[in-house]
Amino acid sequence: MSSFLSVRDLKVHFPTVDGVVKATDGLSFDLAKGKTLGIVGESGSGKSVSSSAILGLHRNTTAQVSGEILLDGVDLLKVSDEEMRRRRGKDVAMIFQDPLSAMHPYYTVGNQIGEAYRVHHDVSRKVAKARAVEMLDRVGIPQPDRRVDDYPHQFSGGMRQRAMIAMGLINNPGLLIADEPTTALDVTVQAQILDLLQDLQREFESGVIIITHDLGVVAEMADDVLVMYAGRAVEYGTTKEILTHPEMPYTWGLLSSVPDVSGDTNAALVPIPGNPPSLLSPPSGCPFHPRCQHKDKVEGDLCSTVLPELVPGTRTEGHLKRCHITNPDVVFEREVLPEIAPDLVEER
Amino acid sequence: MFAYVIRRLFIGVILLLVMSLVTFVLFFASPVDPGRYACGKNCSPAQIKQTNKALGYSKPVVEQWTDFLKGVVAGRQYPDDAELRAAAPQLVTDCPAPCLGYSVVNSTTVNEEIKEAFPVSLSLALAALVMWVTGGVIFGTIAAVRKGSIVDRGIVAASLVFYAFPAFFIGIFLLKFVAIKWQLVPPPAYTPIAEGGPGLWLQGLLLPGLTLALLYMAGYVRMTRAFVLESMTEDYIRTARAKGLKNRRVLIKHSMRAALTPLVTLIGLDFAGLMGGAIITETVFNYNGLGKLAVEANLTYDLPTIIGLVLLLGSFVIVANIIVDVLYAVIDPRVRVG
Repeated sequence: MSSFLSVRDLKVHFPTVDGVVKATDGLSFDLAKGKTLGIVGESGSGKSVSSSAILGLHRNTTAQVSGEILLDGVDLLKVSDEEMRRRRGKDVAMIFQDPLSAMHPYYTVGNQIGEAYRVHHDVSRKVAKARAVEMLDRVGIPQPDRRVDDYPHQFSGGMRQRAMIAMGLINNPGLLIADEPTTALDVTVQAQILDLLQDLQREFESGVIIITHDLGVVAEMADDVLVMYAGRAVEYGTTKEILTHPEMPYTWGLLSSVPDVSGDTNAALVPIPGNPPSLLSPPSGCPFHPRCQHKDKVEGDLCSTVLPELVPGTRTEGHLKRCHITNPDVVFEREVLPEIAPDLVEER
Repeated sequence: MFAYVIRRLFIGVILLLVMSLVTFVLFFASPVDPGRYACGKNCSPAQIKQTNKALGYSKPVVEQWTDFLKGVVAGRQYPDDAELRAAAPQLVTDCPAPCLGYSVVNSTTVNEEIKEAFPVSLSLALAALVMWVTGGVIFGTIAAVRKGSIVDRGIVAASLVFYAFPAFFIGIFLLKFVAIKWQLVPPPAYTPIAEGGPGLWLQGLLLPGLTLALLYMAGYVRMTRAFVLESMTEDYIRTARAKGLKNRRVLIKHSMRAALTPLVTLIGLDFAGLMGGAIITETVFNYNGLGKLAVEANLTYDLPTIIGLVLLLGSFVIVANIIVDVLYAVIDPRVRVG
């Protein structure tokens, strides 16, 4: 499969005085042009670190990055610093979680968006500003020719995120990484931003990686989903497959902690007990086993001693999961689904 | 913004009034008889009385204070007493507004004393400011960029060493060795621009300016280093790098712009403080600046000079504060009020 972006065995390790923090440990995924990949996981599961690695933002730091990141056939981990810099913002762009802190408080929005254009195009300030106005208009900022001279703090949260998107897309990048683009926004604005991203993706034909902990966002946006836990992929497949037939207890946990307004609104949310593991000294075996409520379905102490491989699940080849449970489809249907969506059980 | 500056100036004037009153009261609360001091050792009681009358010391403190304020606004004449003025019109000294008083010790008005000393202190403080800010920002930024390296440690250690040496040591070292023994530069002497042109003026300021700059630079190196390092961890720096900007541009346009803003406040206050605070350096290099004038006035119990200097130096700090606040609004768009 010759995809636009192909990540193979990506490892990002941070050596510290206490030992090596394995923020990302052997991550692989593919993304085709015009498609969207959702990366889901809790804070500290390695989502952002992995995407920063694609932009080469760990260069010249203490981080050790290995593996392969093929973008249009070029391994981004092997190109020179200068070559990587030239690709940043042009071939790969990123938009960040909190647009207030992600934009410089002392420069106007137009200056910052225009700057992103001028880095990669030899044009005058005036041309760059006109281009910034054009992009602000495109992302739905009213009166863009006036707002272009505003400072970030004069924008509302949603407008700032639109401006960030304008900055990210101004060079028409083939790959856009959106790191929790809606987390800092209120719900109505979230929906607008997601719509905007989808529109722009269709228009620019970009591949999009959307990093989130919100399965709702994934359901709306993503073609494929990668669920991460403790720096590793634990489940990977098409969105439909993962959301309807998940085969990994961690994904079940994520699903049961999503509120369902269409169902019984009095139903208690079921959080995943415990905290994400320390990446410095992750638990032995499957890193999820201390929090797993289904480890009794695996014989012996397999869960706490052996790290399960990422292997095809019970239904399709493309659906990968990392779990020792041999009949996850049955467990999901019988035990998990009735708890999180009883109305769906009858339909099936 | 205009209304804000006016309000600040108004508060500043009130502050100066209070300062002058406090100085007056403190002066007269001390057990020394100012008239006796002004008259000299061998004065008869009658002469002392005459002196007190001439200087206005025989009046109540509050009346002296209001006289002083009147002088500042409208100017006044010395001797203070109208009878004495009428008796010897040829000895009357005119002190036009804003009159800060008459120094018996130096037989001249305080305004004249300050007019002499002010350019010296201003030149010195300016020279030092340029040197320490340039050096502090450059070395601090280099240290931040090379954090943890030998260069970083060397810069921080060196600045600390200079900070640890007292001003009189560095000053005397520069004067006795660099200027006199090794003759690397001519011995420093203050030459006003009007007399010797900018070249000689700068030459004279080199060593005393450097003495002060080395002292102040340590703090600025460390603060610049800390502020640059802090700003480097900000999200907007990551955004700047994600755009594909060159490291130099990320550092200068994005990181330093944010890091240097807090320095502006410190620069303003340090500069104002230095105007009257470079006592040791002025003494070592024999520069007749405001600091030296203040010390001499205190040693000779020269009340008018002391009060004049207290008010002048106080107003420097007040004005510097206002300028800094206005500058801050220019630098940081978030502070600008509608």
